[in-house]
Amino acid sequence: MFRFILSRLLQAIPVLLIVITATFFLVRAAPGGPFSAEKAVPPEVIKALEARYHLDQPMWQQYIGYMNDLVHGEFGPSFRYPGRTVNELIAGGLPITAELALYAMLVAIIIGVCAGVFAALKPNTPQDYIPMSAAMLGICMPSFLMGPLLVLIFGIGLEWVPVSGWGDLPGDKILPSITLGSGYAAFLARLSRGGMLEVMSQDYIRTARAKGLPEWVVVLKHGLRGGLIPVIAFLGPAFAGLLSGSFVVETIFQIPGLGRFYVQAAFNRDYTMILGTTVFFATLIVLFNLLSDIVAVWINPKLRHQLREGR
Amino acid sequence: MFWTKNCSLILLITTLLLTTLLLSGCSGGESNVTTGNRDGILHWGNGTDPQELDPHIVTGVPEHHILTALLEGLVLKDPATLEPIPGVAESWVISDDGKTYTFQLRHNAQWSNGDPVTAHDFAWSWWRALQPALGNQYAYMFFPVKNAEAYLKQEIDDFSQVGVKVLNDYTLEVELTNPTPYFLQLLDHYSMFPVHRATIEKFGAPDERGSLWTRPGNFVGNGPFRLTEWQLFKKVEVAKNPYYWDAASVKLNGIRFHPTENVTTEERMFRSDQLHHTASIPIDKVATYQKQKPELLRSHPYLGNYFYRINTKLPHLSDKRVRQALAMSINGKQIVEQVTKGGEVPAYTFTPPDTLGYTANAGFSFNPEKARQLLAEAGYPNGEGFPVTELLYNTSEGHRKIAVAIQQMWNQYLGVNITLNNQDWKVYLNSVDSGDYTIARAGWIGDYVDPNTFLDMWITDGGNNRTGWSNPRYDELILKLAPKAGDRETRYKLMREAEALLLEDMPVIPIYIYNSKSLVHPSLKGLEPNILDYTLYKKLSLEQAPTNSEEASH
Repeated sequence: MFRFILSRLLQAIPVLLIVITATFFLVRAAPGGPFSAEKAVPPEVIKALEARYHLDQPMWQQYIGYMNDLVHGEFGPSFRYPGRTVNELIAGGLPITAELALYAMLVAIIIGVCAGVFAALKPNTPQDYIPMSAAMLGICMPSFLMGPLLVLIFGIGLEWVPVSGWGDLPGDKILPSITLGSGYAAFLARLSRGGMLEVMSQDYIRTARAKGLPEWVVVLKHGLRGGLIPVIAFLGPAFAGLLSGSFVVETIFQIPGLGRFYVQAAFNRDYTMILGTTVFFATLIVLFNLLSDIVAVWINPKLRHQLREGR
Repeated sequence: MFWTKNCSLILLITTLLLTTLLLSGCSGGESNVTTGNRDGILHWGNGTDPQELDPHIVTGVPEHHILTALLEGLVLKDPATLEPIPGVAESWVISDDGKTYTFQLRHNAQWSNGDPVTAHDFAWSWWRALQPALGNQYAYMFFPVKNAEAYLKQEIDDFSQVGVKVLNDYTLEVELTNPTPYFLQLLDHYSMFPVHRATIEKFGAPDERGSLWTRPGNFVGNGPFRLTEWQLFKKVEVAKNPYYWDAASVKLNGIRFHPTENVTTEERMFRSDQLHHTASIPIDKVATYQKQKPELLRSHPYLGNYFYRINTKLPHLSDKRVRQALAMSINGKQIVEQVTKGGEVPAYTFTPPDTLGYTANAGFSFNPEKARQLLAEAGYPNGEGFPVTELLYNTSEGHRKIAVAIQQMWNQYLGVNITLNNQDWKVYLNSVDSGDYTIARAGWIGDYVDPNTFLDMWITDGGNNRTGWSNPRYDELILKLAPKAGDRETRYKLMREAEALLLEDMPVIPIYIYNSKSLVHPSLKGLEPNILDYTLYKKLSLEQAPTNSEEASH
């Protein structure tokens, strides 16, 4: 197991290196610089700004300088927020985005797994069709539609919850969590339905039933364990996806999270911020993939066995 | 076995967490408007998130709003008339030649830490604003001051040659290169605000970009409010400054500036009483408010225009008859009534009419007949042989709609084929700046109320010209004759002549004059509409009034 983790970690290094290098040169190749503005700026000022952020140096020198900072854990100063470093911006936005992603994940797991398992118990009956159609709708409905729709109904119509914000007014975390989680809930529902259907047709389930176990024990004890393997495998990438994909929800609900910084940075040509967030998210995705692989090995006896035999 | 246990445990924990999350919402809270009206806190939708709070670094309108609450220049504007009124300076004398301004500063002006505000503060702040290393993108606001431009460009390195002189602690003399009738207005722009020297030096070098002096707790200002809280993408909070010289007339106890980048979210916040004032309003909501709640909608002309730049360096567009034909075949009335629909006014001059009493003569009108004739004279009868021409705009649904309408008009009236191209904002800026476009959408917001801010941009090779157009007589009028004109009427006459040249040559096609639109809660009093959207926060007050949602439920 240790060797498995170590080799996966070593594999991550070249991946990250490629991501950083490609991003570094791509953002600089994009037309329009961080200081281009609608109103012309005196050239002396532009020159001073470029010198301040080392943009006047040759590209390779900038690259080496950046890599050097990165090794020391420094993402550099933000161009768009002159008084802030990228480290500071990430540290400020991450807890909020992580909290949002966590709640969205909970929403997704509870709704998704329950709906999927429920549907799998009676395949091809209304008990299957109804939650699965709802899931299909959830997958198809983008969050920029789902969010405003929920706001209109629960925020403005019924006045149960605030229409925007995060941690300011009581209950303002509910709608964003549901909006972000619903798409993943739908996906999890389909995954767990598929997993459960496959498991429930296995011989050992028939054996369990033949032993005379009550149906709920069969489902919860024997069915879920195998049926949820695809779900577990998906959770890692899903969480990374929730973290990096919260931009739309953060915009709709005015949430000061990382997702907004990320996309705004690209529009503003905030080179250091684009790079910083990309590196950060890339690392996160690599880590979560690794984590879900470890969990998958841990709960799947077949894989564990293969690993032990060194295959 | 362990899995079953773990699984139930996980499900239990998730359910509990989620319930807590959901239950936390069930305590019905008061809206911002209700608490704000009670506590005297204004909730202000402020558009984009502010980049910085250093007046010599920032460039945007949202920063402008916050900084006018935190700092104060020598002179303020009366929000109703936009005429200069005393700020830190209680009086000023302008020399007969209009080139020397002597400001008498009030003795009771104080920084928010109790230090007196003196003429030295202004001289030092202006010196700082002109340090090239600071990267002040609005440094050009100082260019009317004698030698300021040369100092920024490092042609001279002795600041004593720049026309700013401290006569004594409370007297400041400013010498200008030319009589500049709008100079007093510039003093109210944040780039000319004073900053607290000791605070800045405590946190870094004077020309260091982004030192920590602007953070809450560090910031020392001289405005009616002081900074208490600043969280990116969340809020900037200011509270009444007891040291402000005119604190007695400040009615609000504080202001909370909400970043509201997304206009639809902002409108929803307003509707649920989270804001007293919005920075904008979604265009498709204007008609609804006009019909159902006109008292909440505030709409007035704004000192800016929407226009198309024409690349006059391209062969088929170098002929002014072609450019005139394009302008004359745009039905401006139809565009503002059927496309933009926000109360805009079609533009037939470049400077918005009645800019401080200046109105240029209409340079063209909607006249498809004449347009066809001009195009034929230029060698393209019925548009035959006219090269396929690209219309560039920065990606936005609003710009696209206008472009589509104009594309159709040009095709219908002139028979020419136009293709549309949209680019992301920074790419678009790059294309226009490097002349890599054919016809491009643009907008211009005046920096101050004077025709000069709309006309000096078209001088030969001016940084904002970008059309390749050049006319020696125009340059002479704008750069040499108008600045030396003795009185307003002569000056305006020269400017009218210049604008007539611009509209005759048509390197730009004015389309409409902007309109400022926002939503204002009835409890907010003292807000005067003006073409600069200029707000004097010390004049605002909150009065008890029914909230939007209460009204809706009745």
